[in-house]
Amino acid sequence: MTEQGVRWTAEQVLALAPDDASRKAGARLGGAGPWSQTGGSASGAVWGLCKGSGSKPYRTVVDLSGPAYKCSCPSRKFPCKHALGLLLLWATEGLADAAGAPAGDGTPDGAPAPDWAGEWLAERAAKAARTAADRSAQAGPADAEAARKRAERRAARIGAGVAELEQRLADLVRGGLAGQERAGYAAWEETAARMVDAQAPGLAARVRELGTIPSCGAGWPARMLEEAALLHLLDRAWLGISALPEPLASTVRGRVGLPSGAGGEVVRDRWLVLAQYDTASPDGRLTTRRIWLRGLASGRPALVLDFGPPGRPPGLALPVGLVLDAEARFRPGSAGLRADLTERFAAAEPCGAAPTGVSTGAALEAYGAALREDPWLESWPVVLGPVVPIPGGRQGDQPGEAAWQLADVEGTSALPVPLTGAGSRPRAGLWQLAALSGGGPVTVFGECGHRGFTPLTVWQPDSSEPVVLTSA
Amino acid sequence: MTTTTTTTTTHSGTNTGTPTGAATPTTTAAVPDWDELVGAALLGTDRRQGSPEVLLGVAAVQTVRRRAGLRPAEAGPRLEPAPLDPRPLPPEAARRRLAHLLAGRTAAGSGSGRRGAAPDLMELLPQWLAAAGRHGYRAPAALVPALLDAARARTDLRPQALALAGTRGLWLARLNPDWRFALRGGSGGAGELPAPTDAAGVERLWQEGLFAERVALLGAVRAHEAAAALRLLSTTWSTERAEDRLMFLDSLRVGLSPGDEPFLEAALADRSRNVRATAAELLSALPESALAGRMAERALVCVGPEGVTPPAECDAGMLRDGVVKRPPAGRGERAWWLAQLVEAAPLSCWQERFGGLGPAEIVALPTAEGWAEELHAAWCRAAVRQRDPAWSEALLGSASAPPATGPATASLAERAKLLSILGEEERAAWVAEFIRAHGLSEAFQLLGVCVVPWAGELGRAVVEALDSAREAGGYPWSFSGVMGLAERCLDPAEAGLLDAVAVAAAPAEPGGAAAYWSEAFQRLVATLRLRATMHAELTPQGP
Repeated sequence: MTEQGVRWTAEQVLALAPDDASRKAGARLGGAGPWSQTGGSASGAVWGLCKGSGSKPYRTVVDLSGPAYKCSCPSRKFPCKHALGLLLLWATEGLADAAGAPAGDGTPDGAPAPDWAGEWLAERAAKAARTAADRSAQAGPADAEAARKRAERRAARIGAGVAELEQRLADLVRGGLAGQERAGYAAWEETAARMVDAQAPGLAARVRELGTIPSCGAGWPARMLEEAALLHLLDRAWLGISALPEPLASTVRGRVGLPSGAGGEVVRDRWLVLAQYDTASPDGRLTTRRIWLRGLASGRPALVLDFGPPGRPPGLALPVGLVLDAEARFRPGSAGLRADLTERFAAAEPCGAAPTGVSTGAALEAYGAALREDPWLESWPVVLGPVVPIPGGRQGDQPGEAAWQLADVEGTSALPVPLTGAGSRPRAGLWQLAALSGGGPVTVFGECGHRGFTPLTVWQPDSSEPVVLTSA
Repeated sequence: MTTTTTTTTTHSGTNTGTPTGAATPTTTAAVPDWDELVGAALLGTDRRQGSPEVLLGVAAVQTVRRRAGLRPAEAGPRLEPAPLDPRPLPPEAARRRLAHLLAGRTAAGSGSGRRGAAPDLMELLPQWLAAAGRHGYRAPAALVPALLDAARARTDLRPQALALAGTRGLWLARLNPDWRFALRGGSGGAGELPAPTDAAGVERLWQEGLFAERVALLGAVRAHEAAAALRLLSTTWSTERAEDRLMFLDSLRVGLSPGDEPFLEAALADRSRNVRATAAELLSALPESALAGRMAERALVCVGPEGVTPPAECDAGMLRDGVVKRPPAGRGERAWWLAQLVEAAPLSCWQERFGGLGPAEIVALPTAEGWAEELHAAWCRAAVRQRDPAWSEALLGSASAPPATGPATASLAERAKLLSILGEEERAAWVAEFIRAHGLSEAFQLLGVCVVPWAGELGRAVVEALDSAREAGGYPWSFSGVMGLAERCLDPAEAGLLDAVAVAAAPAEPGGAAAYWSEAFQRLVATLRLRATMHAELTPQGP
């Protein structure tokens, strides 16, 4: 979480609270009033006596390295409000006891720990040393046991996060969406941070997205209701996950943000690389590379993800238009899209032909069918064609532009191209698409979803050479 | 996209399809329609005693059902397809190279202050475009938007970029207001001009077009038939605004011929002084014109073997022929009038006046005290205006003589103009000799008028001078201008010659001028190799 010795922020402390009530109660105890004999050690512990309703004050100790908590109160909550209050006091004002460090000093240091705190801390230190020795001496079943325990702990935390999120969504709908335009997204940011603390990054990302909707122009209430409802659906699914069929349960776990389990279907095929593009996380700390494949024999789509830390691109690079004879292991859930390439049998070679496309109607049907497997799917990979791009006009220099469309060559149907919001791409790529078509038919690979069709790769007629639309 | 009833079953159970499209009547009242749900959510369930969980649950089912039941939208009006461009595509390596050059444009800023041993790609784009144009290629469609963006940012690229983008570029530019420049002729794009033979179309555009379109139209008609352009211009001449008249007149510089004389002669009586002056200037560039003859008469009276006698007055005739009466501050008026007369007189009139001497001898004659500078400067301007190589050469004198002792002008700008009148080979030879004699510090402007790629002799002179400057411990940054020119203009075949220099330039210790020199030479070699590669890539592959 944080380094020892560096004082935490109030947000970091509150992120530990098991629920809303504890957070509020902890915040009430975050002032110096009820506390006495507070102190801390450079090795990363804080302690103090908190006056409660009884005659004896509660003894509270926190080992910051865990963090781990010990308190003499009867509360079952973990951490209890006293531990939270003590941490808040330390975070906001520093701990100054009679012999302690001056207030505002970042490191709790000063008087040695009182006996009731010191004993517990020494015990913990000894146990940590023992486990470290054990770990180096043996691995195996104990590890599996530890992993199972970790998973249980994480599931419990997610459960708490989900309960809190449900509360938040209910409050939203109770009070009405109308107030959201003024509310700003700071409150949602906070909720997202709580979801991160609950170790549910998938929920956190959706919450963040939800918070941005009110500032996204006309039609936002409907979009916000959609997102809130789908988030609610995901919460309910998590809470009832034991009753779900396994594929759907895997999907739910993946959507919440748990790493997907191993052991999926293995498909050997000649995989055509249809697209590859990178996106940066909102905080810019992580690059996600998406690689779309299609099995030439099975017709099956596959999405391979790779990640890169800041300043380093993801390692896997598969040039668009190449074909790999390889084994793909599909992860459970996610509508059977996520795959990892396990073994390659030959060097990649250019594909001699453009893939065959489907009509706009068939593209939407494919997306609709996939929603049965994963109702949270934003889009589905589709090769569309032959279609004609119809650029949107501009009224003056207003950003409010008429939509771009991809229209079937036969008939009068078309799919819109999303120009803003999630899943939209830079305009330069669309101009490229228009230039390539010159008003004539092209085949396009892209992501087809409820917002429309986002083009990624184009083939001109009579050409097997794919053109990757620019993403810069 | 619209939603219609579907029987898609989502995992969340219900499959009683509820239409939300206006076209289909509602069949079940059990599930409220979407708009009602949004309305309820906007107001909040507290106002309606509803349960938020129930509302969210129903909304979730509705959302997934709507998404699963999406149908395509009605297609908007389709575009007229772009006309076919019959020109071939460049070979694949060249297509990749163009993409790379265009991407380099938007990458790190180029230009001043750049360091490093890597070539400056943006500076190579004009060459690539010119070479591709010579091969008669068309731009790959996928790169047309980037090409238009580049041309939008740099007007000097426009003619070549638009030519390469061709019909596809114009088709695309009509769809995006950012590229409107491509539709204006004049900037080099063969915009929407009617054929010069299409009398009605020409007439309509001339009457209704924007100024830039009209200038382009005039140029197109003039290229087709000079007389027709003047007839077109005459139809509206008296009603044009003065600054437009000036621009139209100026556009006659291109393809100026004796046939233009009557029109120009009439313009000598124009209301606007600037128009009158431009007309006089153009007429004096036609040595056979009546104005040139009148000027010759006046000039021959003033200048001859016996000496120089400046005109005593500026009479009405001189005024009508464009002589400006009031001198600029600091010049005597008689000298000012003399200069204008000599500048506008055809150079051919002097040979006879000086007893059959050629330009070089005339220029070398000792001239009456104090008049040499005035007279030579006027001859320089006349040589440039009349594009007379013999006089230009004579006035430039020997390249190895110190500029200050030269026959005519020490001004580098004037010399560069005179040089541009010489033949390509003479020009390169003269500048090469100049560099060998005087080094590079004053050669930048002169190099700018030499033909690219530089002839072998000139290239070698530049490289040797750069190397001497390095050995002499010169400040490398004072040569960065010439370095940049060399990167763009040296013949790529000279890269081998440079290798030795680059090795010699390798610094003993990092930092300082030596390292900069070394880097600059490396960049020079790398750029030359890249240019050679570029040209090789553009060579058509096989049949």
